[in-house]
Amino acid sequence: MNDYLLISFIMTVIGASTPILLAALGELVVEKSGVLNLGVEGMMLVGAVTGFAVTSITGMPLVGIIVAAITATLAALIFAYLTLTLTANQVATGLALTIFGIGLSSLLGEGFVGFTIDVMGPVFPAGLAEHPVLRVVFGHNVVVYFSIAMIGAVAWFLKKSRAGLILRAVGESDSSAHSIGYSVIGVRYAAVAFGGAMAGIGGSYYSLVLTPMWAEQLTAGRGWIALALVVFSAWRPWRLLLGAYFFGVVMTLELYTKAAGITLIAPELLAAMPYIATIAVLALISLRKSAGAQAPACLGQPFKPST
Amino acid sequence: MLLELEARKEPSRSMLYLTPVIAVLLTMVFGAVIFTLLGYNGLAAVREIFITPAIDIGRWPDLGIKAAPLILIATGLSIGFRANVWNIGAEGQYIFGALAGTGVALLTWDMEGVWILPLMCLAGIVGGMLYAAIPALLKIKLEVNEILSSLMMTYVAVQLLYYLMRGPWMDPEGFNFPQTRLFSDSQLMPEIGDTFVHIGVPLAFIIALIAWFTMSKTVFGFQVRVVGAAPHAARYGGFNKNRTVLLSMLAGGGLAGLAGVFEAAGPFGQMVPQFPTGYGFTAIIVAFLGRLHPIGIMLAGVILAISYVGGEIAQTTLGLPNAAAGLFQAMMLFFLLATDILVKYRLRFGSAAPGGAK
Repeated sequence: MNDYLLISFIMTVIGASTPILLAALGELVVEKSGVLNLGVEGMMLVGAVTGFAVTSITGMPLVGIIVAAITATLAALIFAYLTLTLTANQVATGLALTIFGIGLSSLLGEGFVGFTIDVMGPVFPAGLAEHPVLRVVFGHNVVVYFSIAMIGAVAWFLKKSRAGLILRAVGESDSSAHSIGYSVIGVRYAAVAFGGAMAGIGGSYYSLVLTPMWAEQLTAGRGWIALALVVFSAWRPWRLLLGAYFFGVVMTLELYTKAAGITLIAPELLAAMPYIATIAVLALISLRKSAGAQAPACLGQPFKPST
Repeated sequence: MLLELEARKEPSRSMLYLTPVIAVLLTMVFGAVIFTLLGYNGLAAVREIFITPAIDIGRWPDLGIKAAPLILIATGLSIGFRANVWNIGAEGQYIFGALAGTGVALLTWDMEGVWILPLMCLAGIVGGMLYAAIPALLKIKLEVNEILSSLMMTYVAVQLLYYLMRGPWMDPEGFNFPQTRLFSDSQLMPEIGDTFVHIGVPLAFIIALIAWFTMSKTVFGFQVRVVGAAPHAARYGGFNKNRTVLLSMLAGGGLAGLAGVFEAAGPFGQMVPQFPTGYGFTAIIVAFLGRLHPIGIMLAGVILAISYVGGEIAQTTLGLPNAAAGLFQAMMLFFLLATDILVKYRLRFGSAAPGGAK
């Protein structure tokens, strides 16, 4: 029986990790291009509410996810226009995007509180997906596989592809990239849009799979944890997977100790654990030598081509 | 015809003070359009949220009560923002300060005396400072990003509040409701005359003025401004950056903590789980809209208070959702950041100069 408990524990961890993994992966690409978008939480909420609304109307979760990606991208483009075209302060604009996302999602979601939807099922046939052991590999929905595939894709893109090289060049030295003829602003627009789409998909995972319903501020600060994950990963995609699953374990422990009726630890302390763990992890990684040197050199710096 | 940006030789001072006004006006125009598109009466929404509370004298006490915590917190935050210290966990410091003040109130619940309330305020300031000291020290010692750590601390503070309300601090005669006992007369903020405006409201304005003096007339204020505007010059000038980070974070935390006590001992009159209302986040908008200047912050605090009170009015008269005010507030910040470019650049109409099109 204990083995099966372990299997279901792992399944829950993977579920809890997937949305922050997606959002963090998007933000990693954004930051690699030299832009710091602190609006992840806001974009996730926009994705969560629009994805839920469309799914509850159409009954098709996949359509909901696509719409979530599109609406969150539109939100990201507001950020891009302000910071890239109008060279506004990235920290302040990112905060504004989060506040905007909280307000907009509460407003749009008002009519959808209490709605229910059918949760997305696993990809593989029941024989595999419901197998007591094999389900740990085959029992997931399409978004989980998508998130893993995207890590590979982003890792390859950044390391091996020409476009990825340009993106990194823009993030490391915007003026050099500009002087050899690359569009710094264009590359950054594309990166911010990608970050928005990924945050939107991640956000919709809460309202479509994990919760599944709509409530105000459904993502409860997970967008900020995704931002911390990017720092933790030292801007390396595969290390992001490690970090996301670590946070998945922390969040799942809360559920399991509650379910097991362990009253020794206050439930509030367990609920606070992911946030405490984030601070602890950020403190620990800074002990690593030259932690700061791994950040893209132009991170957060506005760029205005002097034509 | 093309709209072009031309760099100004030096930032325009008039634009610096004009753009917040432009941002508020643009928010009203776009807000009307957006809410019309969402199927509400957009014009009425803007009227109820921005005009009605300002012209109805009966609402003014409420405006003051809502503006006070915003002004206090934003004044503290603006000191950090000027030094490029991004403390965005003011909400957590506000909660923790309020809890420290509540702790004193619960210890002195059967006592009387004029010393109790000042002691609560002091506890609030110290509590807020301690809570801000954690991200400050993490930044100084370990280079942990203060944006993330101070924000994470906010979520921890909320859980601490829940724990205390459901556990050790629950009112023993409160029928198991998760809230503390009601504060006694010695613990409540006195009200001015027969209005329901508590003394924290004028105090908030006075403290903002003191902060103005500190920032413009003392060495500390100068140091903060130099560290923020020219970090290299500050180093050559012998200014200790770490000290500035710590002091500006402590200032932010202390004022947020004080605002927390004012709120707990004022409008709430006890501590409840519903205490966090997002003032710590809205204060970020107030700080920016007020151009990080105490006088600007007072005006911005009143404008944001108008949007809060107006949001409540629109909820009852137009059936507008509660979230509408929040959306208007975020738009104000967006438009302020967008129009910021007018400070450094001037708009020019005309055909593109060679190489000027982009």
